[in-house]
Amino acid sequence: MENLKKGIKRGIPIAFGYIPIGIAFGMMANTAGLPVYIIIMMSFCVYAGASQFMAVGLINQGISSIEIIMTTFIVNSRHFLMSSSLTQKFFKNIDQKHYKFLAFGITDETFAVHSMTKNEDLDKEKVYGVNLIAYLSWGLSTIIGILMGKVLPDIIQSSMGISLYAMFIALLIPNIKNNKEIKLIVYITILISMIFNYTPYLKNVFQSGVKILVIVIISSIIGAVFFKEAVDKLE
Amino acid sequence: MNKYIFLIAGMTLVTYIPRVLPFLFKKDIKEKSFIYRIMKLIPYTTLTALIIPGIFNSTGSLLASITGGFVAIGLAFYNQKIIWIIVGSIISVILVTSLV
Repeated sequence: MENLKKGIKRGIPIAFGYIPIGIAFGMMANTAGLPVYIIIMMSFCVYAGASQFMAVGLINQGISSIEIIMTTFIVNSRHFLMSSSLTQKFFKNIDQKHYKFLAFGITDETFAVHSMTKNEDLDKEKVYGVNLIAYLSWGLSTIIGILMGKVLPDIIQSSMGISLYAMFIALLIPNIKNNKEIKLIVYITILISMIFNYTPYLKNVFQSGVKILVIVIISSIIGAVFFKEAVDKLE
Repeated sequence: MNKYIFLIAGMTLVTYIPRVLPFLFKKDIKEKSFIYRIMKLIPYTTLTALIIPGIFNSTGSLLASITGGFVAIGLAFYNQKIIWIIVGSIISVILVTSLV
């Protein structure tokens, strides 16, 4: 129980960051005319922000359900890499029977928190705690968005938009600042990401979900090939 | 069947599969292998690819977003608690947005 509380506390930055996005989603889906129970089910069952926004947009354009489902699969396929990486952490600390539940709660943000947690500080209760508070925040914020019928005041909505990125930065920096090689790999990743997002033609080759997959695979391969010793020294 | 229920069921399934699939094949990857190194790098490269370019469009203005990013980097270098890094970053975004 003690560790569950610690996990919940650890997940608060994620929960906080989900609030404006969840509200925006609830509001937008409601305005688009989706039945309220469908909007709520989407947040509690699908539980994947970007693809939910996309789905509402596609529904509005009259795109077929099958096509929307296929697009969702493509956008969310990036979680495959995140889960793959997390398996190595979970195998050491968590019993197998929990995986099917814990896997449901893996988002970009919970992955970021779990993967930057030291092995000795990671157990099933803490992981459940982080996942739970993030999940509840997303679902409840969606409901609030439906009820409010509008987003938060402009200045709050737009400035809170930085919070999840600030969290990513907060998780990343302490783990790279004293490690020259890993820092270099991060710079290489930035470069590759800029190339795939801003070069004419190239930026249109992949959809955003696949794009991140490609960027992560390329830069991880480069790191694994050229920085063997540094990578082996990582925990 | 209600077309929305079909849609939700389908979206739920295709979102859950990539999340759970890697866990179904419990396999210890040999340490110091190529795949193992890639697994260890994925957190770093993924976090980076999530930040860049997403952060640039995270607020109403590019200048505010970049400022918020640098404030977060600065605070993170001094080992601030995550929640303070977020608060500091948000405050800087509010400042830039309302001043510019």
